[in-house]
Amino acid sequence: MGEYDCIVVGAGHAGCEAALACARMGKKTLMFSMNLEAIAMMPCNPSIGGTGKGHLVREIDALGGEMGINIDKTFLQSKMLNTAKGPAVHSLRAQADKNRYHIEMKKTIEKTPNLDMKQGEVTDIVVEEGKVTGVITKTHTWYKAKAVILATGTFLAGKIFIGSSVFESGPNGLAPSNELAQNLKKHGMKLRRFKTGTPARCLGSSLDYSKMIEQKGDEKTVPFSFMNDEVGDNKVSCWLTYTNEETHKVIRANFHRSALFGGQIEGIGPRYCPSIEDKVNRFADKERHQLFVEPEGLDTDEMYIQGMSSSLPEDVQLAFYKTIPGLENLRIVRPAYAIEYDCINPQDLKLNLENRHIENLFCAGQFNGSSGYEEAAAQGLMAGINAVLKISGKKSLVLGRNEAYIGVLIDDLVTKGTNEPYRIMTSRAEYRLVLRQDNADLRLTDKGYAVGLASEERYKRYLKKKENVEKEFARLQEKSFAPAEVKEFLEAHGTTPVQSRVSMAELLKRPQISYADLAEIDDDSRPELSYHEVTQLEVQIKYEGYIQKQLAQIERFKRLEDKRLSQDIDYSLIEGLRIEAAQKLNQLKPESLGQASRISGVSPADINVLLVYLEKKRRGKQ
Amino acid sequence: MKDKTAVNLKFSLVSGILAGNKVAKVPQNGDFLQFAALCNLKGKNNMREDTIAAIATAAGEGGIGIIRISGDEALDILNKVFVPVSGKIKSRMMSYGHIIDSRTGKLIDEVMAVYMKGPHSYTTEDIVEIQCHGSSVSLRKILALVLSCGARLAERGEFTKRAFLNGRLDLSQAEAVIDLIRAKTDKTFDVALNQLEGIFSEKIKEIRADLVDVLVNLTVNIDYPDEDIEEMTYEKLEKSLQNIKSKIKKLLDTADTGRIIRDGLKVSIVGKPNVGKSSLMNAIMGENRAIVTDIPGTTRDTIEETVTVKNIPIVLTDTAGIHDTEDVIEQIGIEKSKESFNNSDLIIFVADASANLEDEDYEIIKYIGNRKSIVLLNKQDKGRKTTSSQISEILPQAAVIESSLIEGKGIDELGDVIEKLVYNGEVKQGDNILVTNVRHQNLLEEGYKCMNDALNMTEMRQPLEFIDIDVNRCYELLGEIIGETASDDIIDKVFERFCLGK
Repeated sequence: MGEYDCIVVGAGHAGCEAALACARMGKKTLMFSMNLEAIAMMPCNPSIGGTGKGHLVREIDALGGEMGINIDKTFLQSKMLNTAKGPAVHSLRAQADKNRYHIEMKKTIEKTPNLDMKQGEVTDIVVEEGKVTGVITKTHTWYKAKAVILATGTFLAGKIFIGSSVFESGPNGLAPSNELAQNLKKHGMKLRRFKTGTPARCLGSSLDYSKMIEQKGDEKTVPFSFMNDEVGDNKVSCWLTYTNEETHKVIRANFHRSALFGGQIEGIGPRYCPSIEDKVNRFADKERHQLFVEPEGLDTDEMYIQGMSSSLPEDVQLAFYKTIPGLENLRIVRPAYAIEYDCINPQDLKLNLENRHIENLFCAGQFNGSSGYEEAAAQGLMAGINAVLKISGKKSLVLGRNEAYIGVLIDDLVTKGTNEPYRIMTSRAEYRLVLRQDNADLRLTDKGYAVGLASEERYKRYLKKKENVEKEFARLQEKSFAPAEVKEFLEAHGTTPVQSRVSMAELLKRPQISYADLAEIDDDSRPELSYHEVTQLEVQIKYEGYIQKQLAQIERFKRLEDKRLSQDIDYSLIEGLRIEAAQKLNQLKPESLGQASRISGVSPADINVLLVYLEKKRRGKQ
Repeated sequence: MKDKTAVNLKFSLVSGILAGNKVAKVPQNGDFLQFAALCNLKGKNNMREDTIAAIATAAGEGGIGIIRISGDEALDILNKVFVPVSGKIKSRMMSYGHIIDSRTGKLIDEVMAVYMKGPHSYTTEDIVEIQCHGSSVSLRKILALVLSCGARLAERGEFTKRAFLNGRLDLSQAEAVIDLIRAKTDKTFDVALNQLEGIFSEKIKEIRADLVDVLVNLTVNIDYPDEDIEEMTYEKLEKSLQNIKSKIKKLLDTADTGRIIRDGLKVSIVGKPNVGKSSLMNAIMGENRAIVTDIPGTTRDTIEETVTVKNIPIVLTDTAGIHDTEDVIEQIGIEKSKESFNNSDLIIFVADASANLEDEDYEIIKYIGNRKSIVLLNKQDKGRKTTSSQISEILPQAAVIESSLIEGKGIDELGDVIEKLVYNGEVKQGDNILVTNVRHQNLLEEGYKCMNDALNMTEMRQPLEFIDIDVNRCYELLGEIIGETASDDIIDKVFERFCLGK
């Protein structure tokens, strides 16, 4: 019933980024959603960003994705986390107005040229000679496509658990997608079960906030998107309260009624997102667990109870929630539930997120075994970009572990695989000091522009920022003061005086002095810089030494990354490789020696053998 | 941060906040551009390989030992460690001179050195070879010095691998290169060595566990700022880091250039003067090491030698007799005896069978007490006034061997007894001497530096993620010693120990 370049199955955070990327890169694109009301739905926590995740959002934005812009439009409260620590781990997090987030994303999709959206259930993919050529929907309609991107989230064979009750369902009461799961298996895809969960939603009017601790946003809010300089004020507060022994008693007394302990759930849940019964069980000596009460939006009184996901029966849920200070008269409007769904082993993918066995079939999001809106969006974006590059006969865009958290995320999934829903953490990145959220545009925008995704406007902003920062960087080094000229200034900022001429850059290196402070001694040549530009300058000057050290490490890291491995090497024929290594290498077909070195079961000696092999082959060709 | 640096700012060399009260590098104009270029990854391809070094001659004591260095920095390193007696170093010309540790000004060895400029060398890189005395002590010291000047210890077969990758060897030699690479992993150690290595790696594992503790706490503090968890204060961090640092230091001290050079079972030979201790040592060594005379008290200092008895590496200490003496010099020797006595894993007590036990013998027996010991009743050829059963009564746990070292009798039996004791696990090497080779020493030294940096950063109250870099690096380095490098275990531990998540 139609012929498209790209078809995206699913309209969650992965699906939306994928579809927008394809359309913006000029491809005729169709995005399917089981229900158009579910576009960019946030079925779990009402927030975007956080440690590591905030970095992902900035990177998505730098490449030309939508998540940063959309959350800037719809945030309720914004907070920079980790400000007590260094710049590399500062992480932005914003509470989102869920409904407005959905509406704004839908609007953007509606007005994007080349992009069609359709409510409908895709039940099968069409594969011809190892290549995907289209999809079939529940209404037996056939759509042709050059590339298909699967971003099915938790819909695929979704099953919800609340106490002893188990029923087939997608997230948030939406219908599951069962037929597709069956048919993907027929195409030889190996599926497995993962699990996640969400807490109850309650009415704000039933809560007693006087018993909780108010959590305000930052006084000065900061935008996610590099396209924005200002985003306005916070609109709401969140609230902190704690469980107590009474809560744990209720939960313990009902362990046997939890779906989790009853053995009904076969899927593997994430360790970083345990249900409350799991917390009470595993950390029995912990006297209290914190929970945050967070608004779901401005047009609703619904509140999200963060930290309290559960698969206990509804009556138990109500009983234990009510033991918590401030929640005594709680009225639940949506119960907590656990959800199990089908996903693939991401080791079945290549680094461009294309399926190893079915050409032009790309995969993204929870379907790949990840967890989180931001992780999903990042993969969606890369799957979209790479689908377009593939069908245009161009080279894939694969971001290195040294270039982006997105690179770390995808390399981890594809190379190492995962045994639980995968969440990004800053500690997963080897080069954390370089992969900062403040320089995501400097790292990635020209790549986004080169593939035709980042807009002209964004690219110009990036160039301008780069130029401004460089110019100011030079000026700060040039402009210097005699000791007497800065004596008062230094004293006022509680730092020791100098004995010889000192440049502004040198002054800025001091922890006590910020770029804003320098205005006190600066002259008319001081430019008007944006928030993003100032951050860039400060970080680069203050932490220059360590950054240089890390850049040197990256140089070394790249040596193996740059040695490419052909996809048609039969590793079992290479003499000197251990059998285990050869098997793993044949299974995963790494794209570089660097990737090979990260595969478990491949030793440094195996890598040396491969080096010798590559040299042999090179000479053989000559 | 206490900032005493201002004065130095203009002339400083070392970079960034690492500096603190040391020095801070002033960013140069090009740095930013370079940074931006790197961020955009328009990296250059002419990346330099590390300079590598290793002992090129076979293990064991040969007349001459060779240390080979290959890479861009080979000549620089030679210049740092080598002082030629005359003239300049020229490519392909042997120069005679001395290896001097510039940090201490100490002379290490007299050597011949040759520099071969690439590409006309084995690896096609610049190569330096230092020929020194063949003793492992000398080789180890020079190699350690070379490594401290910027070379990295070569992996097994790495020179040959480079020669091959740089086109120096023909294709037919590729298999041989692979064999070399593989040799490391296929090598099996004998049981005795394994046992000793086991203790060493246990110690490394213990330190790594401490490091994991710190890393887990850092990780959880950085990645879960919102959680209700104990905050990692700088005070706590300092304490943990200090503790790890001192553990590494303790290990490193054992590898120090002093007396204890190679690892092994620490065996002390004790006995009153002139009962044959030095003869025993020589018999085991197979050559005259200690001076043997008839005058009691000739062996004034303790002498240490490492030997292999039945494949068991043994550090032998020949001590002066334990007897009260007025002679100051000898007194020092005796003090040292008592000290080494206390540090040894096994004591060989040599007594004169041809005489009755004297006060000094009883003094020694008192010292031995319950320690693992072997009693050698020597001079059986001269008479049998003291018998095995007599000894067994006084030292019931000791093995007694009748010997006549002059006639070469009793040495084989001694070897058998030592072997039995080791294999039966009756004597174990104490955990006071552990570092066995240069590679380990080198990695430990680097790890030690990391802990120093981490501590400096902690003292300056710098952000946790910077401290994390050094701690993590130390964890990796120690992992390399025991062949464990996976870092996922940190994240696993985070979730094991902390209750996290929404």
